[in-house]
Amino acid sequence: MQSLYLLVPLAPLLGAIIAGLLGRYIGRVWSHRITIALVSVSLLASVIIFLDVLKGNVFNGTVYTWLVSGDTRFEVGFLIDQLSALMMIVVSLVSLMVHVYTIGYMYDDPGYQRFFSYISLFTFSMMMLVMSNNFLQLFFGWEAVGLVSYLLIGFWYTRPTAIYANMKAFLVNRVGDFGFLLGIALILFHFESLDYRFVFEQASDITDKKIELIPGFEWLVITVICILLFIGAMGKSAQFPLHVWLPDSMEGPTPISALIHAATMVTAGIFMVARMSPLFELSDTALSVILVIGGITTLFMALIAVVQTDIKRVVAYSTLSQLGYMTVALGASAYSAAVFHLMTHAFFKAVLFLGAGSVIIAMHHEQNMQKMGGLKQYMPITYWTMFIAALASSGVPGFSGFFSKDAIIEAVHFANIPGAEFAYFCVLTTVFVTALYTFRLIFMTFHGQPRMDSHTKEHLHESPWVVTLPLVVLAIPTVISGWFIGSIVFGDYFANAIYIASAHDAIEKLRVEFTGIGGMVIHALSTAPFWLSVAGIFTAWFLYSARTELPGKIKYALYPLYQLLDRKYYIDELYSWLFAGGTRALGSTLWKYGDIKLIDGFFVNGTARIVAFAASMVRRFQTGYIYHYAFTMIVGIFVILTLWLK
Amino acid sequence: MSFDFPLLSLIIWLPILFGVAVFATGHDRNAQLARYIALTGSILGFMVALPLYTQFNITSTAMQFVENYVWFERFNVNYHIGVDGISMPLILLNCLITPLVVIAGWEVIKERVSQYMGAFLVMSGIVNGVFSSLDAMLFYVFWEASLIPMFLIIGIWGGPNRVYAAIKFFLYTLLGSLLMLVAFIYLYKTSGGSFSIQDYHQLAIPLTPQILIFIAFLLAFAVKVPMWPVHTWLPDAHVEAPTGGSVVLAAILLKLGGYGFLRFSLPITPDASHYLADMMIVLSLIAVVYIGLIALMQADMKKLIAYSSVAHMGFVTLGFFLFDAYGVEGAMVQMISHGFISGAMFLCVGVLYDRMHSRQITDYGGVVNKMPIFAAFFMLFAMANAGLPGTSGFVGEFMVIMSTMKISFWYAFFAALTLILGAAYTLWMYKRVIFGQVTNSAVEELQDISKREFVLLAILAVLVLWFGVYPFPLTEVMHATVDQLIVHVNSSKL
Repeated sequence: MQSLYLLVPLAPLLGAIIAGLLGRYIGRVWSHRITIALVSVSLLASVIIFLDVLKGNVFNGTVYTWLVSGDTRFEVGFLIDQLSALMMIVVSLVSLMVHVYTIGYMYDDPGYQRFFSYISLFTFSMMMLVMSNNFLQLFFGWEAVGLVSYLLIGFWYTRPTAIYANMKAFLVNRVGDFGFLLGIALILFHFESLDYRFVFEQASDITDKKIELIPGFEWLVITVICILLFIGAMGKSAQFPLHVWLPDSMEGPTPISALIHAATMVTAGIFMVARMSPLFELSDTALSVILVIGGITTLFMALIAVVQTDIKRVVAYSTLSQLGYMTVALGASAYSAAVFHLMTHAFFKAVLFLGAGSVIIAMHHEQNMQKMGGLKQYMPITYWTMFIAALASSGVPGFSGFFSKDAIIEAVHFANIPGAEFAYFCVLTTVFVTALYTFRLIFMTFHGQPRMDSHTKEHLHESPWVVTLPLVVLAIPTVISGWFIGSIVFGDYFANAIYIASAHDAIEKLRVEFTGIGGMVIHALSTAPFWLSVAGIFTAWFLYSARTELPGKIKYALYPLYQLLDRKYYIDELYSWLFAGGTRALGSTLWKYGDIKLIDGFFVNGTARIVAFAASMVRRFQTGYIYHYAFTMIVGIFVILTLWLK
Repeated sequence: MSFDFPLLSLIIWLPILFGVAVFATGHDRNAQLARYIALTGSILGFMVALPLYTQFNITSTAMQFVENYVWFERFNVNYHIGVDGISMPLILLNCLITPLVVIAGWEVIKERVSQYMGAFLVMSGIVNGVFSSLDAMLFYVFWEASLIPMFLIIGIWGGPNRVYAAIKFFLYTLLGSLLMLVAFIYLYKTSGGSFSIQDYHQLAIPLTPQILIFIAFLLAFAVKVPMWPVHTWLPDAHVEAPTGGSVVLAAILLKLGGYGFLRFSLPITPDASHYLADMMIVLSLIAVVYIGLIALMQADMKKLIAYSSVAHMGFVTLGFFLFDAYGVEGAMVQMISHGFISGAMFLCVGVLYDRMHSRQITDYGGVVNKMPIFAAFFMLFAMANAGLPGTSGFVGEFMVIMSTMKISFWYAFFAALTLILGAAYTLWMYKRVIFGQVTNSAVEELQDISKREFVLLAILAVLVLWFGVYPFPLTEVMHATVDQLIVHVNSSKL
């Protein structure tokens, strides 16, 4: 079994190396054949491991020792339990589908082999992240997925917007990683180990320890650790105020928007907090912070999605908002619900993104929905799979998204720590907004009159099978994956992989009420989320299918509001002025005044000038004229004699 | 191989002898001969250094491969050499970098080839001497001697402003080390007439003289590292130096300063080191943050990398003054890794400079379109420079940040800012030089790297990845020495 664990990350790594280094020799076809075969190996191994874990076989062990320093061993190792096994399935399945899809989406791209190399490398990195049994390797995977994300956002490196977006993504993520690394350092300092199991076992010993960061203010060490770790999650999972990189990441090719910026990498933060549940459970303050941040992200990012016209950007803001849901769930101690939503979201969001990509191919890389319309008749497979995903996303009962989202909303409802009410308001309101923007996308793209130019219209057709097959395959779990809520969220699936303090009993209360998925659907019909969702879909239909002249009028009636949303609350402008501009101004000032003027100008060259000045003074005494020296000698003799004779 | 064999002497003098042989080829009509002799000498120099690693006893805290002969009996000066877990990796690094700079200058240097190649070989031997000297006078001689080849390399093969840069480099470092000589003479007297560095380690010294000795050493070593605020010679020296000069300067010569702290300051003046630790930490953090911000604003690629070097060396001095295993070993790893990465970064700039004769970032743009293989290498080294896990650049910084947290949260906070600043200045430069559309006709005509350049970059790439993924072999050899040093520096000499 242990060699199988190694196979999961190493097979895609091998694929990445082959496609990356030998791609130009083996050609396009062999590049995708080899990488796909190796990712399939990874999926197969993940499935076998998953089945093994279902039997209760949990593994925690070292692969090799990275470093020994002092008394601490830093190791690379795997922790294979219910949480990582589930993640491994999600990652390898979506990754495989995206590999296949890429054959169709990137078929005429000159960087074909490079692309396969990158997405396989991503799969390796993500596996290292989820399979880790220690913080060091977690950080490795964490930064490695960030690197691949950087490389892929900037895949089309001649586009100015792409190379701006990838640098922005990397730097914003680095801000998160900065907090994350400090959190890890605090953990190492207080536990003298970076091993998960050891740290979790000892966690309760430090609950009384305090740290004084600002004189006069004491915080619990565990709170500081959790908030620092969560800052890392905010970067990777794009939570407000570190969310700004994710919408811009849409500059990358669509397959990676689906794989990295929707289904897997951005959920790393959610996964990490769930993994760290034994730590987070010890700090109500940290959980409150998570609730509020998640709540803000959920609602305010969903609102932006309503005014976007770029099809990928709608899905991107939807991703932000859905990540907000997961974050809120974490804050409500409903870790299993968060991970469950992570899974269902991975499937339905991958379908939405890959479907959007299919539309973009058909539209000759036009992404503006205002130039689409009526695509339903030309691309039925894309339409129906996206429609199913839209239903799931909007939380229509029976579909996967309904179960996971409903569990989160109910859990937040039962949560009793500060911030829970605000978060509940946000997640509830967002149900309506989500249904509205999702079906706005469906209606604008697939229904109504075609608005594209005649040339594009003549060439409209369904995408090839390599594109539609992944859509269909992923549409299946989009429907059914929610049905496993009974065991995954309310059952004992996670066993010891997730720890919940007895005071945080939201999930426990839901567990008592849970009577099976049928009961959950029936119960939902009488609750607010269902009707909000229906209202959202109806509004979308009314505005974007029935009375299409209305949105324009509303836009002008509420222009300041529209402007605020369209400009994303002006946060990008603020950051680029404050952080980018501020840092450059500071660097420039320090350089010009600190290094050039003060150190070099005053001290270094100043010293040289003083020496030169003194020398020029002293030099005057050495004139070379005998009578000057004779005169000086006489004066000297006089002075000596005067002193001598006194 | 028995330990009586003068291996260490061979490692010191073999490159110097080959250097003299290279000089002897004289005129440029024998340039090809000079190149091949230099290459042979540098590779042999590396091979004879390998037994240092393979025969090294990692459990011993004593000096190994020791040789001790009387040099000046009158003053009790000895030719006393030996290595421990601190100096051995640095000698290997030096012996590895030498063939690389010889190859790097292969076709590029066309004038006074024999003198250029010879200077590097002689310097390689001298630097090995610095790292293995156990006698203070011998150390001082090698230390000062190492200035001369670099002074010539910058002054003869440098850029337009080379004379200013060479003199600034020479005076700055010379003035810094004069007080070190004074400190040696003081120690000679108080120890009752010994120049043995190991004797000095055991010498009890009251606090005030300790502080004075510490400051004397500090000036010498801080200039070399360089620490803020005595760093301003470095950007000028780098900008004017030829590529090989920059590589050796960054990869090797800066390490002399770091090595000095470990061999002299910490063990000879442990109480003063503790007394002034906060000052040293703050100076190091200024190097990380202040220099990081300045690096961001550089328009010249070499200057940017030079400033980035200062910021990275800030982690070295930071790590030393935490007096803790992670910190000191992290700093050591950082020195070795910085040797690979900064060397590689300067080689990358050299590759571009040889083609375009410009170091200005604005003259470039879209290089990836013409040089994809080069761009891939440069990306790897840029990421290593930004401290990405999986590259050697991460290991040292990670360990030092972990160690800093033990002292103070806020020190760790400022140290960790390198995560953001390092990524910002490196990737911003990378973006402007490599990515984008081809900006001008000169870029349009660029050729991708030659086989010679490929070999150079590939060797460094493998090392950067190897020590990032598996740093264990590197730290393993340091443990015994570092642990003993930490015990030593944490016990008072008063």
